[in-house]
Amino acid sequence: MNSSVIVFPGSNCDRDVAVALEKLQFKNQMVWHKETKLPKSDLIVIPGGFSYGDYLRSGAIAGKSLIVSEVIKAADSGRLVLGICNGFQVLTETGLLKGALLRNNNLKFINRDINIKVLNNNSKFSGNYKKNQILKMNIAHNEGNYFTNQEHLKELIDENLIAFKYCSKDGDVNEDSNPNGSLQNIAGIFNSKKNILGMMPHPERMIDNLISNTDGINLFTSLLK
Amino acid sequence: MKLISEKQHQLNSKKNNLKFSVTVTLKKDVLDPQGKVVQNTLKNLGMSNLKSVRQGKYFEIEIDNNDLAAATESVDKMCKKLLANMIIEDYKVNKI
Repeated sequence: MNSSVIVFPGSNCDRDVAVALEKLQFKNQMVWHKETKLPKSDLIVIPGGFSYGDYLRSGAIAGKSLIVSEVIKAADSGRLVLGICNGFQVLTETGLLKGALLRNNNLKFINRDINIKVLNNNSKFSGNYKKNQILKMNIAHNEGNYFTNQEHLKELIDENLIAFKYCSKDGDVNEDSNPNGSLQNIAGIFNSKKNILGMMPHPERMIDNLISNTDGINLFTSLLK
Repeated sequence: MKLISEKQHQLNSKKNNLKFSVTVTLKKDVLDPQGKVVQNTLKNLGMSNLKSVRQGKYFEIEIDNNDLAAATESVDKMCKKLLANMIIEDYKVNKI
């Protein structure tokens, strides 16, 4: 499977995700933000970090960049797009995913391991997980507080488009297990066709027991099916 | 001669510019934790009559066009396309 990782000035998880993709047998290419054409790719990853200094709003400037207009076209034609952390923020700024990521409700940059629950394993991104499986992943963000309007929230619930929710290590989804104030503990969502996934946690940091765990591997291997 | 004509050009271009202010604020039902912290700090400073503080962003925009309607429309477009995220923010445009 061919993958492309978009690199913005300020991206800092681009190489991590490339390592994960290559380890799991993707043929990966890095694509600089000034490129105007995407290489042939089945999966496009918008990585974490920052983009353009996160000026205006995180992801706002990147969302209007040349390469992202190509990503939008590819996504519209059904190609798989994964946005992690800043990548999720970029995807909401483009409108490919609805809603927005606000400043964490405690106004602090949060960098720690948290637990998330797999709400929907019926997607190209999550097929190798079990429904309700609890994963341990790392989050590192300042704006991860997901917000959307009531109408879209209803759509997310009715169409089963919430991919992951923050939970306790026993799987309880409540205020105590919500690190950043996200609406309904939402940690990741799909678009209605489920070819786009945006998530704040970092699966690419969870691919090796030597440095963390392997809870992120299934997200990448699901895509290979 | 050259200096004078440049000055003339500057004057003309000034005449042809319209200036606007844009204020972007979070929508009423969106939590504004920064505004809250500012509010609490002001209260701690003894401003007891304070009711609420909402924090926002302010832009000054010059438009190279002296047609007010067209210029206003283009500022409006800028707000919708980039300056404000309509899901979480409202904006106000004023001629200054």
